[in-house]
Formats: sequence, structure tokens, C-alpha cells
Amino acid sequence: MDANPNAATAVSSAAMADAMLPRRFHVARKRNETADTLTFDLAPADTSDGFSFAPGQFNMLYLFGLGEVPISISGDAEQTDRLVHTVRLVGSVTDGFADLKRGDTIGVRGPYGAGWPMDECNGGDVLVIAGGLGLAPLRPAMYHLFNHRDHYRRVSILYGARSPADIVYHDEIQRWRQQLDINVEVTVDHADLRWHGNVGVITPLVAKAEFDPANTTALVCGPGIMMRFVAATLERRGLASDRIYVSLERNMRCAIAHCGHCQLGPHFVCKDGPVLSHDRVRDILQIAQV
Amino acid sequence: MPATNDASTKAGLLRRADLQSLIDALQRNDYRVIGPTVRDATVVYDEIAMVDEMPIGRGDNQDGGHYRLTDRADDAVFGYTNGVQSWRRYLFQPRRTLWRAKREARDFVVEPETEPAPKQAFIGVRACELHAIEIQDKVFVDGTYTDPDYQSRRATAFLVAVNCGSAGGTCFCSSTDTGPRSESGFDLSLTEFLDGADHAFLVEVGSERGAEIAADLPLEAATGADRQRARAITEETAASMGRTMPVDGLKDRLQQSLEHPRWQQVADRCLACSNCTMVCPTCFCSTTEDYTDITGQTAERQQRWDSCFALDHSYLHGGSVRTSTAARYRQWMTHKLAGWIDQFDVSGCVGCGRCITWCPVGIDITEEAAAFSGDGVE
Ligand SMILES: Cc1cc2nc3c(=O)[nH]c(=O)nc-3n(C[C@H](O)[C@H](O)[C@H](O)COP(=O)(O)OP(=O)(O)OC[C@H]3O[C@@H](n4cnc5c(N)ncnc54)[C@H](O)[C@@H]3O)c2cc1C
Ligand code: SF4
Ligand code: SF4
Repeated sequence: MDANPNAATAVSSAAMADAMLPRRFHVARKRNETADTLTFDLAPADTSDGFSFAPGQFNMLYLFGLGEVPISISGDAEQTDRLVHTVRLVGSVTDGFADLKRGDTIGVRGPYGAGWPMDECNGGDVLVIAGGLGLAPLRPAMYHLFNHRDHYRRVSILYGARSPADIVYHDEIQRWRQQLDINVEVTVDHADLRWHGNVGVITPLVAKAEFDPANTTALVCGPGIMMRFVAATLERRGLASDRIYVSLERNMRCAIAHCGHCQLGPHFVCKDGPVLSHDRVRDILQIAQV
Repeated sequence: MPATNDASTKAGLLRRADLQSLIDALQRNDYRVIGPTVRDATVVYDEIAMVDEMPIGRGDNQDGGHYRLTDRADDAVFGYTNGVQSWRRYLFQPRRTLWRAKREARDFVVEPETEPAPKQAFIGVRACELHAIEIQDKVFVDGTYTDPDYQSRRATAFLVAVNCGSAGGTCFCSSTDTGPRSESGFDLSLTEFLDGADHAFLVEVGSERGAEIAADLPLEAATGADRQRARAITEETAASMGRTMPVDGLKDRLQQSLEHPRWQQVADRCLACSNCTMVCPTCFCSTTEDYTDITGQTAERQQRWDSCFALDHSYLHGGSVRTSTAARYRQWMTHKLAGWIDQFDVSGCVGCGRCITWCPVGIDITEEAAAFSGDGVE
């Protein structure tokens, strides 16, 4: 039953239980999102079991010899036969994703961390607010909202990108827009001649979004400064700080709360986060270089 | 023979002339025996076979940024106090290979590192160090995920504690409630009695395994007076400690003082050299490094100790979060003395004094903590 080649070699059970060992996945599909961002569908190489995860969780992805990086899962949690990741090429390890071809192998450890509070969203309005690649960890939350649309009242997606060319999941966003029971607003910092939509930062969209402050959950992911302004705007509109959730980024070497790198005050971002309610981090995020 | 109560069957006196029998018994039971020995003008913990290799008659003089071995007037075996190393390196290795990967065409396979963990016995574990080991257990064993290498080393490690007969110049374990006497967590504990020609160790048994080794030693019966003598020794040690950590309310004071000017004042002295984190017995940060051989066919992932004083500890593409030394010192101290309590229900400081002794500029964590106490703290 177990096709794992590692299982064949005589390793101690302790070593097999080692959370630091990656599992092999094959690249099943590769898509360009933007000039510097790629989406991969991955299939497990050594098992026919599906990959279960909760929206908002992440994996550690290993490229042979290059290293390992934390990357959010960006696919649908109800489609466990393929694991989807969206990667922006920004440095030594992520640049290596450009060379991956269909059939190539990568290492995967995970899923890790606390995800979005989908249960808490039940029965109320939901605001999904993304900046840049912050849309990647939010996409599984969106799939969940679509798959269980009748559990929620108003659902709004507010997304800000640098420019029209930086918009990820472009075709999908068009489809979401056509869905009548979901409000989709996209804004860009810098428009081009063909752009007819919103221009500027995302906070004005947050300021005029329709929601019932007494019964709304906001899911927010983007650059740190964007999340701070969005949270402040939401709070000004009466949304309680503990109903605002943010997904944070910190350096992570292990993702299992051993390496110490991801600490933010008392929190291990890999374990207590990456999704944390804003009331738990608001004060500490006001402090420089924390 | 009169009926003895349970406690007195679990202790005995070992004459100094018979101390070698402890090392021998451990070796007979397949332990690699690690104990104190002098190297590079300091006491280190390394493999030993003979009592003569231990720092007999040596003491030390310690203060902020200062360590000197001294010659004692007597032949005490455990007359020294904490040296530069703690036992951490023997449970949580400074560097290890996590796994190797071999390329096979476009594919690769991952091979776990299968080196069996050594069976080790530590002689001379101080109370603060026992607490430090228990703190690292919380990090590496008791959480959601365990570190299998640490766990197997820890499970087999035989701990011979030594109750401190004198306080080191930078020790403050009596204020952190982590010494100088070991009450539990050891297999055997020793208290050294030395009065002229009267030289022996009170051996107390702390575990089943400890009892088995003790049964192999030429122990003489210990009396209630011996136990009292042992307690009096550590009480005197506690009373002679020169430093204190102001633990009451410290966690809240630190967490409410993240923008206090003191951070910049200490940063003006701190070299961000990482010494304090390397010598601390509870620090657990590590990083990973990836290597490939020259043919590119095999890759290896290694883990090594890291420090929150390193600039790249907080690196995110585009730059590090904690670029200033003030932010890094604040991270180290607030984590150690405050965040740790949120995370593990215990402070990360056991009062061993090493970070004070080995700080090249003599920064004293008790003095820094005191700066946040009392008046004038926001
Ligand atoms: C929980 C979490 C989820 C993430 N999700 C995504 C995602 O879905 N898509 C995506 O493209 N990126 C994501 N990131 C960011 C991504 O991990 C970094 O862009 C990546 O590590 C950069 O690595 P590099 O080697 O290419 O860059 P370099 O700048 O060369 O970085 C060197 C090393 O520093 C560390 N590092 C650098 N930047 C970061 C960072 N932002 N976060 C953590 N470690 C970093 C890595 O170990 C990296 O290998 C996520 C980060 C976290 C913490
Ligand atoms: S912080 Fe300093 S005194 Fe406390 S345990 Fe670590 S090295 Fe010892
Ligand atoms: S406190 Fe002292 S030992 Fe620690 S990094 Fe600063 S200078 Fe080095």
C-alpha cells in the first residue's frame, strides 16, 4: 500500500515521524499569473491520499539544493486531489520556481498554522480584503464561501494590486464579478490606458463597503502597512477588533515552532498564526522593528 | 537491621576515593560519560573516563565580562561553577544534518539521517541546568511537533546532578527559583562534603535508573545528619548569591515597555555578537542551510544554532524586521523573560549567569531587568 520509497529503507520510526522531512510532489500544472508570479498544481508522488488543509494554512516548499520557503495554499480545500500554490519570484529560492516544469519534483512539508475562521463567518457578512499576493492565502477562503454561499449574508471581495498587469487570478476574478450574490471591487495603484476601474489605495473601498458592523467578519491579507490601514478603517466603521483577522509573514525556518524565527511578541506566527485576530496583534504591530 | 524509611534507602555516602566507581558503573551500562574538564582555561563538558580529568581543586572567578579559573585551597571536585558551555549541545546539537536528497533524473528522493542517538550520561548537572533541560523539553518534545533527535537523546540521557557548594560570581538562581539545590529531574544527585580529610558525596536517587546505578556503587549508609548537612550547604550557597532577578511583575513591565529608552541605552553598549544566546542553556533558535555537492546530484539540509542577534534572523525579502541592535536586544530579553512565559508557562531564564560572564562588554541581564522595575518606568 505504501509506495513511499523512504518506507522501504530501514529507518527508525522516530525518523519517519520527523516533521522536518519533506514529502515529494510532482508538478502537474504550471500557469503564469503575472510576469513574476506563477501558480502550480501539485500531486503527491508517494501516496494516493489527498492533501487536506484548512483555508489560510501554508506549506514549506523545498526546491532541490536551493532551499525551502513558506508558501500559502491557494487552492480549494474541498479538492484534495491537487495542491495549489501561487509563488511570486522575489529571491534565491522563489526564483527557482521559474525553472520547474511539468513532472518535476518538489518537497512539501505541511500544512501548518492556524487558518481563517470560516466557522465564525457563518450567518454574517464577510469582507475579504486582499493586497497584492495577499489574495493567494485568501483564495481558499473564497472557495469556501462560494461552496457554502447560503451560510453567509453579504460577501464582498476588495482587492488592490499595484497595476492592472499585477492582478493575479485575472479570469477567475472576472467570473466572481459576474456572480450576482458577491460584491467584487478591484483597485490598482497605477492604472494604464485600458483600465476603467478604481485607482488608488484600498482603504476608500473599505470605507464604503456595505456590511453590518455588528455581524461581520473581515479576512485581511496584504503588505503590513495595508493591513494596518484597513484594520483601522474597519474599526472606525464599528467592526470589533476581534472580528478582523490578518495573515502575517515572518521568517520561518521550521514552521513547527522550534526554530524561533517567526516570533512576534508572545506569538509563534507559524503556529498561533499566520492568521491572527487583530486584537491579539494590534498593539504590538504599532511598535517599530518588533 | 532496623526498618528504614523509603527516603533513607534512596541515599548513600560515596567516599571521594570511590568516585571513579560512578564513571565505571555508567560505562559498564554503555553510557558515554560526559563530565567537566578543563580546556582553554575554562571548564567545559566533554567525554571523560577518569575522575582525574575533572577540575579537581579548581574554582573560578566570574563577573560581568570576566572569567578566570583559580586554584582552590582544597581538592574539591565540583568546586568550580558554571563554565562557558551548558549541556544543551549534547541534547540539541549545534549542527546536524536533517536529511539528504539524491537526484534521480528529474526526480529526487529524500533520505532521512539515521545516525542513532548516543546514550549519554552527564556528570555535574547543576540545578539551573536541570531546569534548562526541562525548559527545552517543552520546546522540542511537549509541543505539537517533536524533534526526534532531541527526543531520543533526551530519553536516554542519564543525569547526575551536583548541588552547588558555592555560588558563581554571576549566578542568581535563588531569585529565579531554579537552584542551587536540585529537588527532582535527575537520576542521581551529588552533594560534595569536604572538611579536611573528610571528603565524600551524599548520593541521592531520583529515578529507577538512578537506583540501578546506585546499586553498583560502594555506598555507605547516609544519616539524617548527612541530609541536613547537604541542605545547609545549598542554603549557604543561596544566601551568598550576589545578584537577583526582579521576577515579580517583570513580565508585564517588560511587555508594557517596548518603547522604553533603556533599549537604546543597552544597544549603545551591545555588540550584537550573539555570545549571550550561544552560552544560554535555554536558547533554542536554529536555522537551516542547504548544500549540494559539486556534481549537483546530492543535496543536504543542515540545521544549526542561530541567534536573534543575527541580522538575518528576522529577514523577509526586502530587508530584516529587526535592523537595529536595540530591537534585537529587546527581542532577546523580552522573549527570555516575558514571551517565554506566555509560550511555555515558565521563564526562559534559569539564573545561570552565563550571559553576564560571557558578554564581552559585561551587559548584565539582572541589571537590565532592574532598569524596568520600580519608579520611572512607563
Ligand atoms: C506564512 C507565509 C505564507 C506565505 N505565502 C506566500 C505565497 O503564497 N506566495 C508567495 O509568493 N510568497 C509567500 N510568502 C513569502 C515567501 O515565503 C517569500 O517570498 C520567500 O520566502 C522568499 O524567498 P526567496 O529565497 O526567494 O527570497 P530571498 O530574499 O532570497 O530570501 C532568502 C530567505 O529568507 C527567507 N524569507 C525571505 N522573505 C521571506 C518572507 N516574506 N517570509 C518568510 N521568509 C522569507 C526565506 O527563508 C528565504 O529563502 C509567505 C510567507 C509566509 C511566512
Ligand atoms: S538568560 Fe543568561 S542567566 Fe538566564 S539562563 Fe540564559 S544565560 Fe543563564
Ligand atoms: S548582550 Fe553582550 S553577549 Fe549578548 S549580543 Fe550584546 S554584546 Fe554580545
